[in-house]
Amino acid sequence: MNKLGIPGQIVPLAIIGVVVIAAFIAARMLFVPDTFGEYGHYRASAVEEIASQEIVYAGHEACNDCHDDIFETKQESKHRDVSCEACHGPAADHIEAPDEFTPTAPRGRGYCPLCHGYNPSRPSGFPQILPKTHNPGKACMTCHDPHSPVLPHAPEDCSACHRDIANVKQVSHHATLSCRTCHDVPDEHLIQPKFVRAEKPANRERCGQCHDRDSDSPREIPRINIETHGERNLCWECHYPHYPEVGK
Amino acid sequence: MIDNNNKPVNRRGFLGSCSRFIAAGLGAISVFKFGGSLWGQENGQYNPAEHNYAMGIDVHKCIGCGRCADACKRENDVTREPYYFRTWVERYVIPSEGETVVDSPNGGIDGFPETVDKNDVLRTFFVPKLCNHCSNPPCVQVCPVGATFASRDGVVLVDEKYCVGCRYCIQACPYGARYFHPESKTADKCTFCYHRITKGLPPACVEVCPTHARVFGEIGQLSSPLRRFVRFNDLTVLKPWLNTKPKVYYAGADGEVR
Repeated sequence: MNKLGIPGQIVPLAIIGVVVIAAFIAARMLFVPDTFGEYGHYRASAVEEIASQEIVYAGHEACNDCHDDIFETKQESKHRDVSCEACHGPAADHIEAPDEFTPTAPRGRGYCPLCHGYNPSRPSGFPQILPKTHNPGKACMTCHDPHSPVLPHAPEDCSACHRDIANVKQVSHHATLSCRTCHDVPDEHLIQPKFVRAEKPANRERCGQCHDRDSDSPREIPRINIETHGERNLCWECHYPHYPEVGK
Repeated sequence: MIDNNNKPVNRRGFLGSCSRFIAAGLGAISVFKFGGSLWGQENGQYNPAEHNYAMGIDVHKCIGCGRCADACKRENDVTREPYYFRTWVERYVIPSEGETVVDSPNGGIDGFPETVDKNDVLRTFFVPKLCNHCSNPPCVQVCPVGATFASRDGVVLVDEKYCVGCRYCIQACPYGARYFHPESKTADKCTFCYHRITKGLPPACVEVCPTHARVFGEIGQLSSPLRRFVRFNDLTVLKPWLNTKPKVYYAGADGEVR
């Protein structure tokens, strides 16, 4: 027992304890970054560092100020939603120094098919061509203005946009049928496909022309009684007319 | 309890002094916090607490052009080779019989060559993928040093200077959205283009998407483009059973998408 009434063996232990705690606090001050834990278990200043990264794509609004003529043309066209930099590449440098840096313009045949080359996984109705057979050797821009991509003429064949359906139909028993055998296609649909739609058959008589037991179509065509077969359903609600099942 | 030098401490006195101490502490904390938020508003600066970012992806609109993956690499200086991506486009091909085939050659940047017998295809479509910026992110949970975190505006970020490169987060991400950057030797991932969104610009992938298959916005903001997207679509998130609560919402995603 000393003056303070603390047992003698505690004193060295207390000194060691204080040293260890002091070392821990000192190490913590040294190693834990200043802003760590300000908002959570992370370095708050990292957020500012990440936010200070340089912008590469300027954004389509930045282009519109100077290139207002192209903007107005594009705004009226099918490409109105396509950002300038989707084709011309990043242009933040061009905004900073218009004369020193010029964005690229894809003028060959390689770029447009990234969107418009036929691919069965693309949504039906999206305009697609087969690059191998579609005017080989000619640059897309020869016939199409990318800022206002109207078709040089109305598509001659439905497969220009509905290639996925055409591909299936051409190997089916309905291969020789024209699309218009079953679909009513207004002429306007070729010009404004999204606003004027082609019709699907709204009654059973359309299929009945060939498939009803009383129709005078060739004998090898399968027949049903259109009055009783399938009850209330339209034919295409059970059968896929572009690839009708046979003998299954 | 009676001490020789001090007054007796009874229960009333003890509880009273405890409550005074707690009240004083709470008062000090609230003054500090209130003062902090006032400061942020007075400056008129970007206030992360006011935002909660999210993305919507309409699978029916994706044409698989891969411009998003390309723009992401240019904007964020992601290495071209080896083939690492912050965002990429997957092609799903579901045959009439057998396993679904999923591929993403170079993230879709160079297009998708035809590989499968096209007469056997039942359904096929593209699915753009990126970090889901989960509200309950497993990658943040496993980080041993606090180098990856969900920011106050709901974006999962990586502190490049603090990451020790242990790769736990890459293992923990159920969406494969993280990769090990070969130059910085740290984990790297999509930031929702944090440097762009904090300045009011959309992420680079959203900027260049030609069919507006990607929609960027904020949860809980009526004027956000995302609001319309979540109102008018049947939404799903990837792997909802993992309880990661992703903030990338998919419209029209097939049950095969995982």
